[in-house]
Amino acid sequence: MRRYLLNRLWQSLVTLVLATIVVFVGVRALPGDPALALAGEERDPESLRAIRQQYGLDQSWLVQFWKFVSHAARGDLGESIRTGTPVRSMILSALPVTIELSVLAIVIASVIGVGAGVLAAVRRGGPAEWAANGLALLGLSVPHFWLGLMAILYLSVALGLFPASGFVPFFTNPVANLHHLILPAVILGTGLAAVIMRQTRSSMLDALSADYIRTAEAKGLPPKAVIGKHALRNSLIVVVTIVGLQLGALISGAVVTERIFALPGFGKLTVDAVFQRDYPVIQAVVLVTATAYIVINLLVDLLYSVIDPRIRVRGEA
Amino acid sequence: MAVVEALVPPRSNSRRVVRRVLRNPLAITGLAVLAIAVVLAVFANWLAPHDPTQTQLGNAFAPPGTAGHLLGTDDLGRDVLSRIMFGLRASLHVGILAVAFSLVIGVPLGLIAGYFRAIDALISRLTDLVLAFPFLILAVGLAAIRGASLGNAAIAIGIAQIPGMIRIVRSETLRLKSLDFVSAAIVEGAGDAWILGRHILPNAGSALIVQATVGIPAAILGEAVLSFLGLGIQPPAPSLGTMLSDAQQFASRAPWAAVMPGVAIMLLTLAFNIVGDSLRDALDPKASRR
Repeated sequence: MRRYLLNRLWQSLVTLVLATIVVFVGVRALPGDPALALAGEERDPESLRAIRQQYGLDQSWLVQFWKFVSHAARGDLGESIRTGTPVRSMILSALPVTIELSVLAIVIASVIGVGAGVLAAVRRGGPAEWAANGLALLGLSVPHFWLGLMAILYLSVALGLFPASGFVPFFTNPVANLHHLILPAVILGTGLAAVIMRQTRSSMLDALSADYIRTAEAKGLPPKAVIGKHALRNSLIVVVTIVGLQLGALISGAVVTERIFALPGFGKLTVDAVFQRDYPVIQAVVLVTATAYIVINLLVDLLYSVIDPRIRVRGEA
Repeated sequence: MAVVEALVPPRSNSRRVVRRVLRNPLAITGLAVLAIAVVLAVFANWLAPHDPTQTQLGNAFAPPGTAGHLLGTDDLGRDVLSRIMFGLRASLHVGILAVAFSLVIGVPLGLIAGYFRAIDALISRLTDLVLAFPFLILAVGLAAIRGASLGNAAIAIGIAQIPGMIRIVRSETLRLKSLDFVSAAIVEGAGDAWILGRHILPNAGSALIVQATVGIPAAILGEAVLSFLGLGIQPPAPSLGTMLSDAQQFASRAPWAAVMPGVAIMLLTLAFNIVGDSLRDALDPKASRR
């Protein structure tokens, strides 16, 4: 177990270093001189030189890279070119919105996906399976941002059931906070729910035909106990695996969902930064996203090895 | 059933798969929708009732059913039906381009990773690295570097699909490599390139076809998202994504302009997914017993 842990940690570290290099080089490959963008109206050579000096743009890439990494490691991500606000505080205010949205979406998707998947497997060939399969196919095929638009148009504007946009922090007013986030979370979770449902269904079908289930039935356990006990453990593995695999899609989905519902989250920060060519913000946002992705993936893998003992053993061998 | 099948002379695998798919009414519906979409997209120049970019400000926000505008017009008086037809063309274009891109890069890398164990670790690590970047961030970066366009959107989506392609080809290669007919070829002294091209690639074909039919709708959805954010196809060229992003501004006044392009995307991706699913079921001997 310990060796598996260390190995996995080492892999994550290498990926993170590579990601940092890619981010740094990528931002510098962007067309346009950041000094020109910073200078705005005053484009005389004198002020350009002053700006290059102020932001260290006149130094070599190696020196710049070292500064970027060492500052980032201390939590200093620079300042926005547009507003002068420290990037760190921009990220710290945007991140909780996105995290809450994503966690809500994962919870909703897991409940719906596992429920529908188990139902489809147990009621094989019946209308319940048809309905669940059809809904899963729809969930995979529908453009989520369009679904969001439709929800705003018909549920928020026409019926007034939910606020169409905006955000209230959880600690200011938890009820209003959930009221604002529930619709975006459902929209973000549809694709995930569809994938979870399909996987749960097929792994349940496999489990139901397995010998140990037949043994459990033969020794007289009621069907509910058999399905409940074995389905639960299986679906836990399924959910953890899929959340790990779908994490990138979830982050991308959050960007679009936040834009539609005008949530002041991480995704909105990203898109705005790209359109405004706010280089320090782009750089920081991509770095934070990559770090989050790598850390969550590591957690998923560790969680996975806790739930499924086979992986622990294989890792040790 | 098994006895009857045993008496029938064996026919080629692909013909059996086609027969199985055609027995499935849902799959036929999906294929029909795809055929209609392809015809509309390819012959949009002749079939579209109006020029998709022609604005008629006097005729803005005409509801569906207005004479000459079956699906109504948008805020600039452009015909929604015509724009959807040309939008379908753009969607299919990006979908096929992106999958082709991921095939060209992913298949050779997958073959190499599965066949030569020494290079496997390197390729798998690189695959993880690409997977570590959320597709949208990658696309946003590419749009910032190379500018927003149909081609760049297709490349970004294609790059995002390469890891999946590599994994499929790699696992197929690993499976096929251990089979007897490949060992026999090795014993006979066949070269690596011959074995990969002649024995492994053709047998991995069915898995590739399934992956491609799943990849195209994913790419179409990706293009819609990118264009919706303003990072894909640039106006005034019609794309289903940009149509939705425009319609967002006036959605309560002209809901049809927001509803119709979304329905078009959904039907298209649904049809692809249904065909992909039935293909996979038809190819998987285990699934048919279920």
